[in-house]
Amino acid sequence: MKRGISRRELMKTSALAGAAIIAAPYIRGAHAAGKLSIGFWDHWVPGANKASTEVVQKWAEKEKVEVTIDYIPSQGDKNILTIAAEAQAGSGHDIFAFPSWWPQAYKEKLVPLDDVMEPLIKQNGAVNQTVQYLGKSDGKWLAVPATIGSQIKGPCSRMDLMKKHAGIDVQAMYPAGSAPKADAWNMDAYLKAAEACAKGGNPFGVGLGQTTDSTDTAGAFFQAFGAHLVDAKSNITVKSDAVRQALEYCVKVAKFYPADAPAWDDASNNKFLVSGKASMIMNPPSAWAVAKRDAPQVAEQCWTHGFPSGPKGRFAPFLPYFWGIWNFSKNVPAAKSLLTALSQKDAVESFVAASGGYDLPSFESFTTFKTWAEEGPPKGTLYHYPNPHNHQTLSMAAFPAPPKIAQQIYSQAIMTKMIVRHMQGEAMEKTLAWAESEVEGFMRT
Amino acid sequence: MADAVMTGHKYVTPTRKRSGFRKMMERKSTIAFLMALPLLILLSVMVLYPFGYSLHLATLNKSMTRFVGFGNFAFLFKRETFWLVVQQSCIFAITAVVFKALIGFIVAHFVHNIPNKGQRKWRGMLLVPWVIPPAMSTLAWLWLFDPSYSAFNWLLSFVGIGPIPWTGDAYWARFSVILVNVWYGAPFFLIMYLASLKSVPEQLYEAAAIDGANWWQRIWFVTLPMMRNIISITVLFSLIVTFANFDIVRILTAGGPIDKTHVFATWAFWVGIQSGDIPLGATVSLFMFPILAVCAVFILRDIHRRGNEA
Repeated sequence: MKRGISRRELMKTSALAGAAIIAAPYIRGAHAAGKLSIGFWDHWVPGANKASTEVVQKWAEKEKVEVTIDYIPSQGDKNILTIAAEAQAGSGHDIFAFPSWWPQAYKEKLVPLDDVMEPLIKQNGAVNQTVQYLGKSDGKWLAVPATIGSQIKGPCSRMDLMKKHAGIDVQAMYPAGSAPKADAWNMDAYLKAAEACAKGGNPFGVGLGQTTDSTDTAGAFFQAFGAHLVDAKSNITVKSDAVRQALEYCVKVAKFYPADAPAWDDASNNKFLVSGKASMIMNPPSAWAVAKRDAPQVAEQCWTHGFPSGPKGRFAPFLPYFWGIWNFSKNVPAAKSLLTALSQKDAVESFVAASGGYDLPSFESFTTFKTWAEEGPPKGTLYHYPNPHNHQTLSMAAFPAPPKIAQQIYSQAIMTKMIVRHMQGEAMEKTLAWAESEVEGFMRT
Repeated sequence: MADAVMTGHKYVTPTRKRSGFRKMMERKSTIAFLMALPLLILLSVMVLYPFGYSLHLATLNKSMTRFVGFGNFAFLFKRETFWLVVQQSCIFAITAVVFKALIGFIVAHFVHNIPNKGQRKWRGMLLVPWVIPPAMSTLAWLWLFDPSYSAFNWLLSFVGIGPIPWTGDAYWARFSVILVNVWYGAPFFLIMYLASLKSVPEQLYEAAAIDGANWWQRIWFVTLPMMRNIISITVLFSLIVTFANFDIVRILTAGGPIDKTHVFATWAFWVGIQSGDIPLGATVSLFMFPILAVCAVFILRDIHRRGNEA
């Protein structure tokens, strides 16, 4: 009797599997209009890549272009490393999915896309200030805001725990299907709720580490106080009253976060929510999606909503991805045509649906798709995720500093480091002096 | 006369050429060079070119459009965080290498004294940390040190200790990254020292015993002098590898909290790749070179001198 698999069969199967892996996803049209290679971001959500493959496939067949797609993960910064390598080598993909800061970082190496963006804005509505700040330079569009991967890192609260410990009904504040009634949801209310939840044994799961989740949250709080480390004209404004006020508030509230928050990375808040310990985290709905799979009793109590408002307004971190075309691309017309196809309503809606509501389009008229209204449990939990009522300003930490300076402030997590330093006993003025010296170093051109 | 000379020339020269080439090919140094040539080509492509390219990058401005000479180096000298990284890299590398050498030396003696029959099993087991890819084993350590769900803290809670902020407090985080590096690197020292111990002639110990040497004197006057060269080489090798460490720090703490565990390689990556300042990142990484070169010169000179004395 034959048992197992023979060496010859194993080699044959491996060769076939290898060939399939190397070839896929490879979309062959009649390729009368040449070839195109794309480096898309490899989505967290299982199966979400399929939606982009399908849209590209459809377009390739219509336009007779031979297309190759590589899905490049952001784990271990693989996508950023690929961007750096392609920029240095002057060769690689035609289209690449750039994380928020990277179109500005490589603006000299990207094809201007005014002729793509202007018709899209006319067709789909305006884009917010953050998209313009990150995607436009000297009046020219550097890249097209990508739906895939774009996200708002707003509060995701446990309705039961917020009610129990802080007496706040988040669902009533942010009802599904209608505008928020959240005037009372301000910095004082947030501080009191953080204290009550910490005392009740379910602290807010907000990190103070050096990764993006922590930086984004700190950035939104700083924005709410009008605290900017560098202004739009590159003046260092670290030692301002607004920064002092923001820092003081952030340290006050940080004392109610978990003691190990300074060591948190981007997975820590997700784990904290799924474990059932957190009353609130600041994250896109990926954490809720994991809870839906691994801890359904937690997911049923989650509600995504807006940030608390501060003296200068209500700000939420928005991190758009961009699709850009390298200037070494040999098929710019086809690349531009594909970017237009990827930003059509049907395509965008399919990306949002495939990602379970995680992906966010940047265009004004695309914030009311049924996915966000219908996803659950509980039904409507994502209704306010895309900011459908423009209830909060979508912002980027370190705005309005010129992007190349802001990127350094952001990626070196200056704001969370300021909070941790001051929280651990460093005098306010010493912390400000340290931050000022760091920011001075970012002024190099 | 002239014809004869020409004839002689015609006859002699090709033979001389051929025999000269043959002689050259027969020379041991030529054969050694030819055999080493593939490696030299590989080193040129994989080491010299990137090194040269790093040097080139380190002389450019942030947007890589202008030559700034040593401007990036001068800039770094004025940064507080840079000096913190220098200090931490030294603490990390020196502490880790000392402990690795010490543990390797002690355990090598234990293993050496195990009867031959059972020694192979112990050698195999003790080598396990070194053969697991560090990125994988560090992930396991990360789970043990996890800020919120540390398995160590869970165990310590039974004896009323903790919770310890393994990666949340600057000093504990430094301790954690050094501990993992020692765990990973000690088996290398163990195996090198064990091989060295086995090559110490038994007669020397017998002679020392006849002279009345105690255990400590045998170690100090026989074992250590016989192992000096291997100790120097392992320390040098480990110092270079530990100074250039990236994966353990990157996975365990990513340089945090508040930059207190960054070493050269992790900070270079942070500055160059994550913050988009590639020239400055290249400059940071080049700082390892002179430090390690000085160490290498001193240690290798010492080995060479002892070799000549012998």
